[in-house]
Amino acid sequence: MSFDDAYQALTDHADDARWAYGTGFADPLAGVPTALPDGVDGADLAAYCLMLGDDALIMSHRLQQWVTRAPELEDEMAIANIALDLLGQARLLLTRAGEAEGAGRDEDDLAYRRDAADFRHVRLAEVGDGDFGHLIARLLVFATWRLALLDRLAASHDPVLAAIGAKGVKEVAYHREYAAGWTVRLGDGTSLSHERMQAGLDAVWPLTGELFVPHPVEQRLTGVAVDPASARPEFDAVLAEVLRVATLDGPTAETITAHGRDGDHGVELPGILAELQGLARATPGGVW
Amino acid sequence: MAATVTDPELPMVTLAELGILREVRETCDGVEVTITPTYSGCPAMESIRADLLRALHRAGYENARVNTLLAPAWTTDWISESGKAKLFAAGISPPGPAPRRTTGPVPLRLGLRDEPIACPRCGEPDTERLAAFGATACRELRRCPACREPFEHVKEI
Repeated sequence: MSFDDAYQALTDHADDARWAYGTGFADPLAGVPTALPDGVDGADLAAYCLMLGDDALIMSHRLQQWVTRAPELEDEMAIANIALDLLGQARLLLTRAGEAEGAGRDEDDLAYRRDAADFRHVRLAEVGDGDFGHLIARLLVFATWRLALLDRLAASHDPVLAAIGAKGVKEVAYHREYAAGWTVRLGDGTSLSHERMQAGLDAVWPLTGELFVPHPVEQRLTGVAVDPASARPEFDAVLAEVLRVATLDGPTAETITAHGRDGDHGVELPGILAELQGLARATPGGVW
Repeated sequence: MAATVTDPELPMVTLAELGILREVRETCDGVEVTITPTYSGCPAMESIRADLLRALHRAGYENARVNTLLAPAWTTDWISESGKAKLFAAGISPPGPAPRRTTGPVPLRLGLRDEPIACPRCGEPDTERLAAFGATACRELRRCPACREPFEHVKEI
């Protein structure tokens, strides 16, 4: 490989079809045993993997939209890193969903060739962020919730889900730390930053109700899926501590109106999917 | 042969020193290599897989397979002493011991860390964190108050 020309350095791979790594590579679970645990319904397991995988995929996409818009270069990198971690989790989970389903669909089929009503993420992952305070509030809630879920998932009877959970805990702990750090800086900062951080929290809070309602799929997968209601005390304790240090007010209203787990999404999802899926649908099988 | 393959992002250390290479086994018809990803989204994994296969083919193993092992999850504690020394020599601060937790929820850290991190350039014992996320998933960005140089630190996970 020649480094005289930056472009050539990227493209000059005699035995490699990719121009940079991370592009055109297949099967993140290559070589991982794919058998389903005894007594587990494949359709339920697939549905559950889609829930956790779609949360990560859609949240990751929303975070990627912040790249070039963050307040500082360090935050660009942080947000892009968090998005990358979540994308990695999504790839593992969608691949597992395809295996459990047993219909020959892979991660690309599930990410790029599903319509809006077939996505299973919670509304929290999908809503747009009015400003940086809103993003931080959403990330704090999302990461605190997901960390509690993944930590419990590490004890799942499905060895692949358990492994994804144990691995994800290490990553999402950093996401939560990042969001909590900014919540404190903004909340305990100037009167303007305090006001906007509080507004972000107030806007995000109504969407938290959906996070802890067990879905029938989760209820049927005893020992495999996490009961989200079991994560509530940890979530409440962490949020209370962050908000206390940040001198922010606790949440007031709570409503449960969203049913993202059943494919009932907001008006913003088609736009997100158009961006996420457009290129893959326009050039089927394209590698770049 | 597999043990000599280096990391695409940290070419001063081998995959074995990083603890990414878990096992190499000769089978009746070839060789089977087991690797583990550092972070779920690490985009270097496919490059690592291709580099390993290339090295094994060059060594005469026509039939080589690379398996992925997800559990137990990779920890920076698996980076060998020689790996840490090479990182330090290259100006990248190696990780300290990874946090351990036996029971209870993941503790919330609000900007405090237990161990000071020394500057790999001038040896100043304590340095400040600039950003928790660096140029790759596994590193954070720090700055030394003595020599004023920024440097990267491999995060303990």
